[in-house]
Amino acid sequence: MAGKTVVSIGILSFQGDYARHDAMFRTIGARTVAVRSVADIASLDGLVIPGGESTTIGMLIERFGLLEPIRAAEFPIFGTCAGAILCARRIRESEQLTLGLIDVTIERNAYGRQVDSFEADIVSGELGSPAVRGVFIRAPIIRATGPDVEVLAHHEDHPVLVRSSRCLCATFHPELTDDTRVHELFLSMVTQRRACYTNASVGASSSESTIQ
Amino acid sequence: MSENTRKNGDETQKNSHGSWSARQKATWRTKVGLAEMLKGGVIMDVTNVEQAKIAAEAGAQAVMALERVPADIRAHGGVARMSDPAMIREIQKAVTIPVMAKCRIGHFVEARILEALGVDFIDESEVLTPADEMYHVEKHEFVVPFVCGCRDLGEALRRIGEGAAMIRTKGEAGTGDIVEAVRHMRTLTDEIRRLTTLRREELMTAAKDLGAPYELVCEVAETGRLPVPNFSAGGVATPADAALMIQLGAEAVFVGSGIFKSSDPVGRARAIVDAVANYDDPAKLADISAGLGEPMMGVSVASMDATTKIAGRGW
Repeated sequence: MAGKTVVSIGILSFQGDYARHDAMFRTIGARTVAVRSVADIASLDGLVIPGGESTTIGMLIERFGLLEPIRAAEFPIFGTCAGAILCARRIRESEQLTLGLIDVTIERNAYGRQVDSFEADIVSGELGSPAVRGVFIRAPIIRATGPDVEVLAHHEDHPVLVRSSRCLCATFHPELTDDTRVHELFLSMVTQRRACYTNASVGASSSESTIQ
Repeated sequence: MSENTRKNGDETQKNSHGSWSARQKATWRTKVGLAEMLKGGVIMDVTNVEQAKIAAEAGAQAVMALERVPADIRAHGGVARMSDPAMIREIQKAVTIPVMAKCRIGHFVEARILEALGVDFIDESEVLTPADEMYHVEKHEFVVPFVCGCRDLGEALRRIGEGAAMIRTKGEAGTGDIVEAVRHMRTLTDEIRRLTTLRREELMTAAKDLGAPYELVCEVAETGRLPVPNFSAGGVATPADAALMIQLGAEAVFVGSGIFKSSDPVGRARAIVDAVANYDDPAKLADISAGLGEPMMGVSVASMDATTKIAGRGW
């Protein structure tokens, strides 16, 4: 419905594997913007918080004044691994900063150290067949989810891909494979949200019955 | 759908539910993946728990646990070896960020000990006294990923061929002089650029000249980049040094003596982290660099004779 409008995906580019997300979104036809300051988020349709070290990324979000602007933003946010930790409302046994955007409780490094990092097939009805290859690197575990959080995939009984109206979060790294389906899922959240806004403003100024 | 379809001798997680897919550990993707996660940040040398905490609070994305920073190894002389496991364990307990440690070149038993400790990355490092003058560690066999130093493309590809999941261009560690780091980063990027201009039939001769595996030479010629992340190590003493290395092509920096041999480690550690995050913004770099006190004293590399340089170790 939004036609061929190209959406702008911001990628928080302080630390972590932001370059891999950037490549992924370009592959599926989005425009990407490296985000390092408040000015960079002005005209975004969505924002990615990449994998990396959640403490480091959190500190830099705060130091460079992005904490409140991101919290206040209306666009969807996609967090992978460290990004998911930063989006979570609660981090178990940690006082570190979070953006508190999605009602989940998450535990850092919950599978162990790097020697315990692994790959596994992740099955999700939302993403269809075949399974997505999940790359888990010093990954967190989502220990609890609130009522408005939809679990899209599990691994070993733990949610690994979750969605709310605001956020998509993966505890694994879809950006480290060539499979674009998780990124496309986020892109569809972004285009839907954008269509809502566009329609809302169109509806307000002209006919209200044209678009559902 | 695909329980237990993955093989390769990797660990298969047994379970009572019958619905978990197999965990496959220590794949090339999980090893290089951690290196990808460490991009755009600073890895700091620390010698005790207190320094590790300072580093983590400043925003380091990993720490390198070692008994003496390179400047002290240089001053102290003698044989430099793997650190005491007790010290590495204490640091692992004190911080949540990845902990790396160094083994001597070719010392695969030190490497196995570090792997048993569960360090997140092993640096097979020329900063320690080499244990083997012929061979480096065969790194593919390990569960834990390795980082190795290089001075040029051939050396980088030989280490990757042995299984290194991250490369760092060698500066002259413990000097606070950036000149060697710049020389080796420029050499590496020039050689990569040159490969991309060659015709297909020229690549075998290029591989011979570089002393590098042919398949990796072909890959670099095609992609124009190393197959693993490339960081910079050695000689970084200021925020501007760190930003310089990022602009020259490093994807992150290691800082050794530069922080804890300066007059204000807390301020300098944070400033170097901020500089890497804002490497291309001179106005921010000006603010970040202001009022940091004395950097480490430093030794000019040009004044040193070849035998006292450590970047030349490894081959």
